[in-house]
Amino acid sequence: MSHPATPNSFRTGPDEAGMFGIFGGRFVAETLMPLILHLEREWNAAKSDPAFKDELDRLNAHYTGRPSPLYFAERLTEHLGGAKIYFKRDELNHTGSHKINNCLGQILLARRMGKTRIIAETGAGQHGVASATVAARFGLPCVVYMGATDVERQAPNVFRMRLLGAEVKPVTAGHGTLKDAMNEALRDWVTNVEDTYYLIGTAAGPHPYPELVRDFQSVIGRETREQVLAAEGRLPDMLVAAVGGGSNAIGLFHPFLDDKDVAMVGVEAGGKGLSGEEHCASLTAGRPGVLHGNRTYLLQSEDGQIKDGHSISAGLDYPGIGPEHSWLKEAGRVDYVPIMDDEAIEAFQLLTCLEGIIPALEPAHALAEVVKRAPKMGRDQVIVMNLCGRGDKDVFAVAKRLGMDI
Amino acid sequence: MTTRIDRRFAALRAEGRPALITYVMGGDPDFDTSLSILKALPAAGSDVIELGMPFSDPMADGPAIQAAGLRALKGGQTLARTLELARAFRAGDDDTPIVMMGYYNPIYIYGVERFLTDARAAGIDGLIVVDLPPEMDAELCLPAMRAGLNFIRLATPTTDDRRLPKVLENTSGFVYYVSMTGITGSALPDTSRVGAAVERIKGHTDLPVCVGFGVKTRQQAEAIGRAADGVVVGTAIVNAVANVLGEDGRPTADPAEAVATLVSGLAAGVRDARLASTA
Repeated sequence: MSHPATPNSFRTGPDEAGMFGIFGGRFVAETLMPLILHLEREWNAAKSDPAFKDELDRLNAHYTGRPSPLYFAERLTEHLGGAKIYFKRDELNHTGSHKINNCLGQILLARRMGKTRIIAETGAGQHGVASATVAARFGLPCVVYMGATDVERQAPNVFRMRLLGAEVKPVTAGHGTLKDAMNEALRDWVTNVEDTYYLIGTAAGPHPYPELVRDFQSVIGRETREQVLAAEGRLPDMLVAAVGGGSNAIGLFHPFLDDKDVAMVGVEAGGKGLSGEEHCASLTAGRPGVLHGNRTYLLQSEDGQIKDGHSISAGLDYPGIGPEHSWLKEAGRVDYVPIMDDEAIEAFQLLTCLEGIIPALEPAHALAEVVKRAPKMGRDQVIVMNLCGRGDKDVFAVAKRLGMDI
Repeated sequence: MTTRIDRRFAALRAEGRPALITYVMGGDPDFDTSLSILKALPAAGSDVIELGMPFSDPMADGPAIQAAGLRALKGGQTLARTLELARAFRAGDDDTPIVMMGYYNPIYIYGVERFLTDARAAGIDGLIVVDLPPEMDAELCLPAMRAGLNFIRLATPTTDDRRLPKVLENTSGFVYYVSMTGITGSALPDTSRVGAAVERIKGHTDLPVCVGFGVKTRQQAEAIGRAADGVVVGTAIVNAVANVLGEDGRPTADPAEAVATLVSGLAAGVRDARLASTA
């Protein structure tokens, strides 16, 4: 694919039609169109409403615990013997991942729109837990769609959602993963348009979701910018984040997109390797198509049928990617690379032993890429990696993988 | 430029009765069976055929049509094979309009211009693409109009009077009123509300307004037929196919006959609608 001319800014998208170049858009059934337009109006009003910003800032500070720390991983840095490695510690947030940043923003929008019922899709269950959490906090009923395979491999999160009062509906279609959960959530939404708000968990879906999710997650990058300037007196050389749908990555990257000396790497799930079908590297091995309301890179057949994919990490197990990432890839602004299941497991263990931090399997993918890159960089260089979730939910899956019985 | 769809609705208007529009999933459960079902439809009383293009992720469809699409894909159906199905049907029937219905991605991957050329050549008259609202008209709707195909739009209960003109702007052939918010195959709504909705749409367009989602029986076809220019039946037909498939997916009875029996009853329903309204 040829690279279009470099734009003056990478931070102006999407356009009025919700497009990032050819990506994004509003590919939805007519039933949903008036709703999406309503959401766009409310979102535009909320953006310029100081009361909305104040309330979100307050919740971020006192409910989530923001700002999350920027932590210098001294022992890991020493171990790899190259660039200084910092972690943006969004795994310390209330509910254990970056997902809460988006959920708080969206539940405030839902309330502005007068919606009284929340639905969400979830893969690893982190977004489901965050959705159930904000629904409980605001007193709204919540239904979470989750693939049946994921219900099994993320059992602790299923229980947490139920404790929080949410109804978890297992979806058996397809491979029973995130894609299937999203289909089912869309079917619920199209049936219950009057009272229901669809709280999408990643920076994908029809416009304005990719934009608003990105903006709610950009708190990660804005804080990082201040924190790294305070710690190092300069911007980092490289940002690294895992991409499933891509919300934690776009949240970290977006405030830095116009800083041309800051390199960025998005890490996809390479699963069992890119030669077969068992991976989720949509940007590396897919091609543009239309699914779930937007045009973006997708894993698909010659006939345009969407593939199921595979990743050990339920949160990365999705055959698509947020549209802004597709655009950033084609613009050449961000590098996207795959990391295999095995490499992620190894990185998971490394971080646990060296820094006493048990990461989720999603950021373990990002970490595996850091492990490859840091030694090739100078000791005066700086990498910031988004440690977007903690690994409590994954200990059973990892134990099984390592042949341990717990 | 008139299409088979325009001609068919003009003829039905002269006859004074609503159309029966029947949806079948292309390639369900396999190509040959699907072709025999298509061929049985006109004689059983179907006026317009909607030919489903199977898609792996049919977000607006209920369990019955999801399953039908998966059966077809498992049977090796592709968009190219669905076009071939239409071509094979058209060889023996030059009058019954065919509307292809489905989702955008397979068409996008096939290539829009190539698809339109091949669809015309196969004798396709119109398209319904669920995930292309008017906001995305440049993708397929406008090229389809230039190619001489009708682009049939869905209007829904959430399409209010302010939005209707936008939805109807580039619509041709007929308007498909989805009588409820929801997925295909859900319960039938109150018919008096359907009548009011059809009148509301007719205030904005001269096109025929056809109503679907939830029609399963002759009586329902008659009731909806009194209020609309056409009645669309999908899930009930797809279920008639599923009901004669064994556990191995092979037919245990003739699916074409099962569909024809159902469609004959529905056809009697739309004919009763005329008798009732002229009585």
